[in-house]
Amino acid sequence: MSEYRLEMRNVVKQFPGVKALDHAQLQLRPGTVHALMGENGAGKSTLMKCMFGIYHMDEGELIYEGEKVQIKGPMDALNRGIAMVHQELQPIPARSIGENIYVGRYPVKHFGPVTVIDHKKMYEDAKKVLEEVHLDFDPHAKLGSLSVSQMQLVEIAKAVSADCKVLILDEPTSSLTAAEVEALFTIIDELRARGVAIVYISHKMDEILRISDEVTIMRDGQYIGTWSAKELTTDFIITKMVGRSLSNLYPTRENVPGEVAFEVEDFTSINPKSFRHASFNVRKGEILGVAGLVGAQRTELMEGLFGLRNHTTGTIRFNGKELKINQPRDAINNGIALLTEDRRATGILGVLSIADNVSIASLNKYVVGGIMLDDKKIEKLVQENVAKLSIKTPSSKTLIQSLSGGNQQKVLISRWLANDPDVLILDEPTRGIDVGAKYEIYCIIADLAKQGKSIIMISSEMSELIGMSDRIMVMCDGRVTGFIDGDKANQENIMELATQFE
Amino acid sequence: MKNINVKKMASDNAMAILIFVLALIVGFTTKNFFTKGNFVNLVMNVAPRFIIACGVSGCLITRGTDLSAGRMVGLAACLSAMMLQNVDYAGRVLPWMPDMPVWAAFLIVAFIIALFGAVSGCVIAFLKVPPFIATLGMQTAVYGLCQIITKNQPIGGLKKSYTSVASGYLFNKIPYLLLIATAIGLFMWFLYNKTRHGKYMYAIGGNENAAQVAGVNVPATLIRIYVLAAILYAIGGFLLGAKAGGASTATGFGYELEAIAACTIGGVSTNGGVGTVPGILLGVLVFEVLKICLQFLGVDPAYTYIAQGLVIIVAVALDLRKYLAKK
Repeated sequence: MSEYRLEMRNVVKQFPGVKALDHAQLQLRPGTVHALMGENGAGKSTLMKCMFGIYHMDEGELIYEGEKVQIKGPMDALNRGIAMVHQELQPIPARSIGENIYVGRYPVKHFGPVTVIDHKKMYEDAKKVLEEVHLDFDPHAKLGSLSVSQMQLVEIAKAVSADCKVLILDEPTSSLTAAEVEALFTIIDELRARGVAIVYISHKMDEILRISDEVTIMRDGQYIGTWSAKELTTDFIITKMVGRSLSNLYPTRENVPGEVAFEVEDFTSINPKSFRHASFNVRKGEILGVAGLVGAQRTELMEGLFGLRNHTTGTIRFNGKELKINQPRDAINNGIALLTEDRRATGILGVLSIADNVSIASLNKYVVGGIMLDDKKIEKLVQENVAKLSIKTPSSKTLIQSLSGGNQQKVLISRWLANDPDVLILDEPTRGIDVGAKYEIYCIIADLAKQGKSIIMISSEMSELIGMSDRIMVMCDGRVTGFIDGDKANQENIMELATQFE
Repeated sequence: MKNINVKKMASDNAMAILIFVLALIVGFTTKNFFTKGNFVNLVMNVAPRFIIACGVSGCLITRGTDLSAGRMVGLAACLSAMMLQNVDYAGRVLPWMPDMPVWAAFLIVAFIIALFGAVSGCVIAFLKVPPFIATLGMQTAVYGLCQIITKNQPIGGLKKSYTSVASGYLFNKIPYLLLIATAIGLFMWFLYNKTRHGKYMYAIGGNENAAQVAGVNVPATLIRIYVLAAILYAIGGFLLGAKAGGASTATGFGYELEAIAACTIGGVSTNGGVGTVPGILLGVLVFEVLKICLQFLGVDPAYTYIAQGLVIIVAVALDLRKYLAKK
């Protein structure tokens, strides 16, 4: 028996046009948490999908408990004791929690020739599994009645219920609150003590350094190295991930905040659980960071200001003039732009070209003779933006869905810049974007502020907020709980305001 | 590299290539296939179906559908026929109707059918009823209305000036139907590629929520799409009535399914956001060529339906394969 629970050697996986994995490798010891790190597109998820049998590797071998095996599919992986919690949840909200845990492998009983599902056993087992991960949910309840983060924990319970020997967690904390992250870490500790080998994929450095025993870093589908977590620092990891050292994580900002430009007063949602009595202002050339935990209703507030959600009371003023905003068009016509949080759901037009994606919000400017669009002018706009924001794309006709996350985000920023807005609301502008592209986005934001635009930036990354904001507004449970100047902000005083529950 | 592109083109247009190979085989093994008469016959069949398919395409590109297309075509044909019967024809449905100019009758029909399209569009855009259900309801209601106004009687005795719209030729050479269909095809191409309406339509099909955030007036665009579709059905029905020399409640039956199938064969994606006017024309051609081939081969019409059904399923399966291959 080797010292590894599972080993992947020289894994090659080719997709049309890209070598997603180029002799990647991974060695998992039983009873350890193994962090897998790399920029987006480095091949982490692809490697895990090969391990879990979703993809078949073109070359390479997988040695599981000392034996060379071929995983034929997710069911085969589960039967062998390899479980995976996916980055994107695949729940069935209309069915019960118990059914979601046991879907595809329901306990059965036999009545002569007829096989039926043993519901009693299923719900009893589900209850036990939930208790094991310290969740106090009724397994009969509909999964849809839980919040997204609770569903994520159920997903983890599901993996645990498979009695796994290897557990893959792909960005498990992306939608969890701080308390839930703690709960998850307790579960991980217990599983580790039981001898489970855990693969942990995350972009959050502090989590990685805290929870993991070993760290493997990948870049461009290649294996860079494996280190013991104790000997690592954030800087070292970033250098290895990017392949060069980033001396500064944030650009020097030269913006000078001027007079107050954008004011919001007593803004309250139609939904009593959402944002209420929010008042704040943003100056010309100022970057206002917005901090808060998951559920602080930051996104909801911004979508409310943009006319995507209804409000009952509240006024919005720009340069002293009151704005009436009932739908996104009103906001856009008044010089407001919103870069939404979920790029895929409410940002990109996936099957359309980059040119269409850039121009869609500003087509009115490119009409000749009242009807026809001026294709040449649009192409010029696109080329200018491609050059200005250094968007990496073969042509303006390329479909946006084939670009990387960072380049997609730059296309979406171009879309708004084409309207020359005065107020830019950026909701998690660097989510799911690799370190190199993040820096470029920061530079773009800093430059826009320097041009005198008012920037509102929601972020869940503390260091990003502190590094980029002139001022930070903190929200908790739908209310604005305070403001902190950028140079005085730190993790502690932000968290204090972010946890001021009533 | 060149090889790969040829292969890709072949697989993207597999259905069209297969059907045209079939046409060649049928053409060289039977008599009278490659004749002017047969070609004109093809054009006459393609023209109204292409116009109707153009109408449905907007609904499909925005991830909707329009099941009422065929019945609206039928209603348009019946209304046109009712208004354009010979004044001295004994069995006029509307004996009080004065002698109506053809263009005036067409405008009235287009207006009435457009109203139904507007109702469908509003129900879909504002009440958020899924297009499948909204237009299914509209289909049934329109059929009922058509039965009432025609008293379930076929309408004949049409004026020569009306029927000649379909049977006439410009300079004795070019069928009017071909000219009308070409004009509409060019108009639709322009609309889809060169106007805001077209861009907004593709954006809604690509991602409705994102389009809304980008400031696209989603309800207005959807209503425009369904109204325009209805107007195109009105044109289709008007021409079908003229072509057949009469109309009844059965006119246009099943045309919505043929139109949807033709669009899909022509590359209008069932996932939304994708579809071109040349593609739609290709889809209609494939369907009509297939029908004529089977007719020449002497296949029983009942079997023809089976062949058409299979073609639809295979076409959609091939279309989805393009997306699955990417995963």
